[in-house]
Formats: sequence, structure tokens, C-alpha cells
Amino acid sequence: MLHRVTFAEIECVTRGDGEVPMNRREFTKAMLAASAAIPLGITRAAGQTRGGTLNTIIQPEPPVLVTALNQQQPTLTLGGKIYEGLLKYGADLKPMPGMAQSWEISPDGMTYTFKLFPGITFHDGKPMTSEDVVFSCMKVLTETHPRARQNFARVATAEAPDPLTVVFKLKQPFAPFIGCFDCTSAPIVPKHIYDGTDYRKNPMNDKAIGTGPFKLKEWVRGSHVHLVRHDGYYVKDQPYLDEIVYRVIPDAASRALALENGTVQLVQWSDVEFFDVQRFKTQKNLEYTTKGYEYFAPHQWLEMNNRIAPMNDKRFRQAVMHLIDRDAFNKRVYFGNAKVATGPISSKTRFYDANVKRYEFSVDKAKALLDDMGLKPDANGKRAEIKYVVPPYGEVYQRSGEFFRQSFARVGIDLVLVGTDMAGWAEKVGNWDYEMTQNLLYQLGDPALGVARTYISSNIKKGILFSNTQGYSNPEVDKLFEEAAVTLDDAKRQELYTKVQQILVEDVPVAWTLEIEYPVIYDKAFKNIVTSGIGSHETFGSVYKS
Amino acid sequence: MTRLGSVAAVALLAISRIAQLIAVILVIATFNFVLVRAAPGDPAQVMAGQSGASDPKLLDDLRKEYGLDRPYLVQLASHLGRVMSLDLGYSYRQRRAVVDLILERLPATLLLTVTAFCLALLIGTTLGALAGLAAGSVLDTVFTVLSLVLYATPVFWLGLMLVLVFSVTLGWLPPFGYETINVKLSPFEHVLDIMKHMIMPVTSLAAIYLAIYARLMRSSIIEVAQQDFIKTARAKGLSGSRIVVGHMLRNALVPVVTVAGMQAGALVGGAVVIETVFAWPGLGRLTFEALLQRDYPVLLGIFLILSIVVIVLNLLTDLVYRLIDPRMTTGAA
Repeated sequence: MLHRVTFAEIECVTRGDGEVPMNRREFTKAMLAASAAIPLGITRAAGQTRGGTLNTIIQPEPPVLVTALNQQQPTLTLGGKIYEGLLKYGADLKPMPGMAQSWEISPDGMTYTFKLFPGITFHDGKPMTSEDVVFSCMKVLTETHPRARQNFARVATAEAPDPLTVVFKLKQPFAPFIGCFDCTSAPIVPKHIYDGTDYRKNPMNDKAIGTGPFKLKEWVRGSHVHLVRHDGYYVKDQPYLDEIVYRVIPDAASRALALENGTVQLVQWSDVEFFDVQRFKTQKNLEYTTKGYEYFAPHQWLEMNNRIAPMNDKRFRQAVMHLIDRDAFNKRVYFGNAKVATGPISSKTRFYDANVKRYEFSVDKAKALLDDMGLKPDANGKRAEIKYVVPPYGEVYQRSGEFFRQSFARVGIDLVLVGTDMAGWAEKVGNWDYEMTQNLLYQLGDPALGVARTYISSNIKKGILFSNTQGYSNPEVDKLFEEAAVTLDDAKRQELYTKVQQILVEDVPVAWTLEIEYPVIYDKAFKNIVTSGIGSHETFGSVYKS
Repeated sequence: MTRLGSVAAVALLAISRIAQLIAVILVIATFNFVLVRAAPGDPAQVMAGQSGASDPKLLDDLRKEYGLDRPYLVQLASHLGRVMSLDLGYSYRQRRAVVDLILERLPATLLLTVTAFCLALLIGTTLGALAGLAAGSVLDTVFTVLSLVLYATPVFWLGLMLVLVFSVTLGWLPPFGYETINVKLSPFEHVLDIMKHMIMPVTSLAAIYLAIYARLMRSSIIEVAQQDFIKTARAKGLSGSRIVVGHMLRNALVPVVTVAGMQAGALVGGAVVIETVFAWPGLGRLTFEALLQRDYPVLLGIFLILSIVVIVLNLLTDLVYRLIDPRMTTGAA
């Protein structure tokens, strides 16, 4: 008999408000006992209605919709409706059922067994089985998805003993492995379409065949992408919406107007400029939230090339932490849509520790550190000239550069802003041909997945963006990150990550500035827009119009 | 020169220009290739940059797939070979034939720009001629000020103001796009729907060109009006309307045709700003996005098509000169 998720079942399995802390084993047991659950916070079924269209924005337009082949943020936002993963993650980053109704982790942390929901079908009507999961994870994603490639490289064997069971055996324990199965990290594609083909050139890529609640009806390039409900979706009654239309609106002012006049009913990420967010917060028909980004936890910093003087001196980097008034930076440049970062791990990510050394805004302390290292002002009051490459990702980055320039001028450092485009920035930063720039990375729920890559010396790779491009190297940090990744006990992991945070905050390999709080703004008529830690990347199967 | 001789001269010119065209296209294709590749960065880096994750395998795979791992000269030879066989290649980013991408976007751009161009030319020259004929009058002052204001108004600002007034405040016109998405319309309703979507982008785009043609036509008319042949026509007792239509306008149009011919080529390239503000799915936006992404085949394909269009339009402009000004058929031009 087909097992379908019901809200009665959820009420049986949830514990209180769902915020009761559980360790990994308790949580696994709860999940096994439940056999099915749904994200907490989802509105009850009684008020849900079928039908309706959600108009929203996709910007920039994705090159393809197959999330296994392209992992740009817009591709993931749109593709999340078409492709699903085995799991979802709540705001607390705990795993929840996706296409897997339950999972079990062996006590030694080496074997992960997933049980799939029965009755899952691809949009072409073919059944989705454990063979598709093994094929997607071990063949396609290891070929086309850099993040997944690193995660599944830790797998010794992946097996499909029956159509609804998948077993991954790891080469060695990897604590955050359970955090690698959401629709952005491990989307499942059909084996019958991709097996034996060149994945990137498969003509079926244009059809985007997944298992998600919505399927592709039409893509008019430069104009819109039209998704309609997948009638064979395995969750009873879902999706509630009939269709979702993603409009391509390249101009930020036009996007804001589209939200204002109701042409679109949902914006996410940087669809509207930060300076526009405030007015939408007070628009009566709109709901505003910063929830739904917990898994990504966008973390921003001022990146300094540690190979070049004066950035190669720890005292200089500490001085930078003192001379940027990050509260003012948040208020004036990000219009309050952020939180001041205290170190390498975001407060939204697991194992964050707030008890680290704090660098208060103090020009005097910055000057003292610069004097101490011998970087004293000349007769004109100038200490140094540093080139700052402005990231070409929107107006806010230009304003950030201006803010930093003024901050550095207070201590006699002339920050020269260098403009470039996306390709130029990627080449300069990837090839270490820069002095300073700004960078932002997602933390992906666990420091082993999204934080370590920026600081470990084995990830200093020329030509590769989002590696340890600043060139920081500390054997103790390497060791702590490695040990924390393979340790299964959360308390022990916390201890290791606390230590690594203390060291990094002392060394300041980069000057952390803000935890960006992107908004999700939507028409109040739509419910369940944000139901998990990946927010607008979610499937939207439970979204409905009241 | 007889009418027959004039036509023969035009035909000879056309043949000689077409022969030049092929050589020029190859030079342009080479120049475009060098120019595009001189910019820093490559599409693999951009793709990795936007994905928020990268590793050596991803970059190697992409560069191999795009053929960027081959020597530079081999890539150039391959590009010229494709141009000669009229093959524009395959988009790195969109993984589709470049010719399909261009053909998909071209109609929207042509609809927008040709409409704006024709309206601007028609209204601009008419207003300019009226102002020139009434030089120094109140009408002339009003037209001159109006054209100056239009010329000085930034296109994107005008577009946004139109949206604010006619879409947000009054709700009369759709703010963005080429057509209403997701509704079933009869063919007639569909045409009306597209026309409705065109009003604001066409107006924004036409405004600046209208101002240029009006100013150009006005000064041209004033200049022609002082020529000796106009005085002769008046002395011969020709009526005012015959002088204006038969002598003044015909001569005054020559500089307007020159400028219009040059601008028509740019118009085909798409109005990037207008297409961006109004989310108009045209060629201008495709070019801009391809430039940001370093999608070399798309860029080179568009540049090549545009180069050909500009050359052809220049040729047509030359031919039109000869039709409106018989003195140019002597071969002196």
C-alpha cells in the first residue's frame, strides 16, 4: 500500500515545538519510528486549497534547469521545484524526510541506509528507484557537481539492495555526510535518461525531467519559465498550486516595481536591492522574513591576500578588523539587512561559538597595531596604498568598496578601487592576482562542508575560486578541521570547532564583516513559502494560495 | 546622366560593394575574435564563480568542452572555418546553437527597434522640417526646446518614469515583457497585447532618436533654404509647396539619411538599456549577458551578424543617396 504523508502522522511524531535538542542517535531513532514527517511550521491541511498561480522572479536567467549540471543560485531556486533530494533540512539544520522517508546511521558512522517513499515517479511517468539515487550520486554528481564530488568521494560503495533502499558505505567516518542530501547538494536525475550519455550534452536537458512537484511546461528564453503541477507527485494532494511562473526581469528597479504592483508575488535573495527592502516591509499585502537561508548562511568578508605585504602580517589584518565600523557598514551599506559577523562560522551554522575575541571599532587600536608593525605614516600621513578589486555582483558591492576606502583613509591607507566584470574578478581572485577584495560564501549547514574550505592549506589551489584564495596556512587549523570532520560526537566536534574559531579570530586570515540576511518577501495570500532551512530553494509542494 | 545610366551605375556600385563585403567580413571575424579574447577571464571561471563552488576538474572539463584547451591559433582557424561555412557555433552557457539563440531574440528586437526607428524618423523629420520652415517663430522655439529636453533625457529614466505613471499609478499599460504570459488569446488579441506591451519601450527608445532627427532636419532645412537654387526656384515663380517638397526637403534629407543609416545598424544590435528596463527578450540583452559570461560563440555570432547588417545598411544608404541626390551618381562619392 502506498504510504502517504498526513498531518496526523506529523502530530504523532513531533516532540513539543520541535526545538528539543536531540543528539544524532536520538534523532535517527525518532525518524525511524516516525517513518514519515513533514517540516515543522507548515500550515495545517485544513486551510489548504488547490489551484492558483504563483508569479515570481528568476534573475539572472539560468543557463539550464538541471541542478545536477549547474549550481548557480537561480538554477537552484528554480530547479528546486523540479528536482528533489533524499532529505530536507529545517531551520535548525536537522534533517527531515525528502524523498527518503527514513534513514539510519550505523553506530560507527560508516554506513548510511535510506528508505525511499514508495510511488515516486519522474515527470515522464517512469518510477524513481534506489538505482536512480545510486546513479545520480555516484555517476552524474561526481562528474558534474563540484560540491557533491567532494562529498561522494568519501563513499566506498553505494548499493541499491531493493528498489526502495539505498546504502552508502563510507571510506572513513564523515560527520556531516547526513547534511549532503538536500535538493541543491544531491538532486536525483533519471538513470533511464542519462545512463551512458554525455550528461552535459544530453538533449533531454531541455526537458528537465525530475521528480519534483512541478514540471517544466515552457521556457521562453529572456522572458519566463512556466512550471505546472506534476500530477503524479507522491505526496497526497500536493502540489497545491497549479503553476509557478518565473519571470526574467533584469533591472532591479523594474523588479521592485513588479513586486509593488503585484505582477509578481514573491521575491527572494537579491531580487530587490537592500535599500528597497524597508519599504516592502511596510507594504500591507506583503509578508517579510529572513528565514529560509539557515542552510546557506551567506557569510561575507573583506579578503586580504596573505602572501603580500602588509597583509602578510597578522597585526595588519587585526588592524583591519578594528578600523571597519561593521555596525555602520551594516546600517549604511546593507540598510540593516545583515548581522555583524564575529568569526569564520556564522551564528546560523552548527558549532558556532560567540565566545571569541571581539574586535571593536577603534581607529586608535588600528593605528597602534600598524605603528607596532612599522607601517608608519609618511610626511603626508600616508601609510600604504592598496588595490581593492570591487566584486562585480551589484551596486551594493560598489558601495561596500567606497565604505572600506573611507575606513582605511582614517589610518592613512589609500584604498584604490579597481573595477572589473565577473570574468575579470574570477580570474584575478582565482589566480591570486589581487591585494584586497570582498567575498561571500555559503556555509552549507556544517563547518566541514562550507567553512573549512576557506582556511585549510590543502585547499590552496591556484586558478580555483572559493578555495583558500587568500593563502592562509596554519597546520594546527588544518588538523582541527580534519579531526572535527571525522569525529561523530557533537560535543567533541563543538570543542574542536571552538578551538579553531579562537585561532582563526586571532589570526584573521580574512576580515569577517557581515552575515547577510537576504529577505523573502511575498504576498500574504500565499502560505508555506518558507518551510525549511533552504527556503525558496524548497520544492514548494506545500505552498498554497488562501 | 540618363535614368538608365544612373541605374547601371548603382548596380555596378552594388556588385563592387558585395565583393568587398566578403573580404571585410573575414577581417571583422578575425578582429572580433582577437578583441573578445583579449578581455580577462574565461567562461569556465565565470561559470564556477557563479556556482559558488569550483574545483580543478570542473574547470578542466568546461575548458575541454568549450575547446579552450586548444592553442589560440587553432581556435582562431576553427572560428574562421565556421564563419566561411556559415556556422555560428554553439553557446557555451546555454548549450544551444548560436544561430537559434539569435533568431529567437531577433524578432523581438526588430519589432522594438524598427518601430521606434520609423516613428522617430517620421515624426522627427516632420517636426524638424516644420521648425526649420518657421525658424525663429514660437513654434520653432517650442520644437527646439522639446527636442533638446528629449535628447537630454536618459533613456532608462524616461522608461522608469513611464512605468511609474502608466503602469503603477494609472494601471493602463503592462510594465514589462513582450506579451502577457500564461493567458489564451485569439491571434487578433495577441497582436493587440503585443502592441500594448510595445507602447512604453518604443516611446522611450524613439524619444532620443526623434530629437536627433528633428534637430538635424531643422538645421538642414534652414541651410538649404539659403541656397541659390532655392532663390532661383522662387525667382522662377514656383509655388511655395513645390519649392518645399521638390527642392528643399529632398536636399535637406541627405544628412538625415546619413545619420539614420548609421544609427539603423546600432538599432539592430538592440537597445540594451530599454530591453533591460522593460524585460524585453531581445538581442541587446543577449549580447550583454553573453559579454558578462564570456560566452564567446554567442558574442562572435552576434558581432558577425551585426557587422554584416551595418555593412549592408551602409550600402543601402549609399544607394538611397543616389536616388535622392542625382549628383552622387557621377561616381564622385
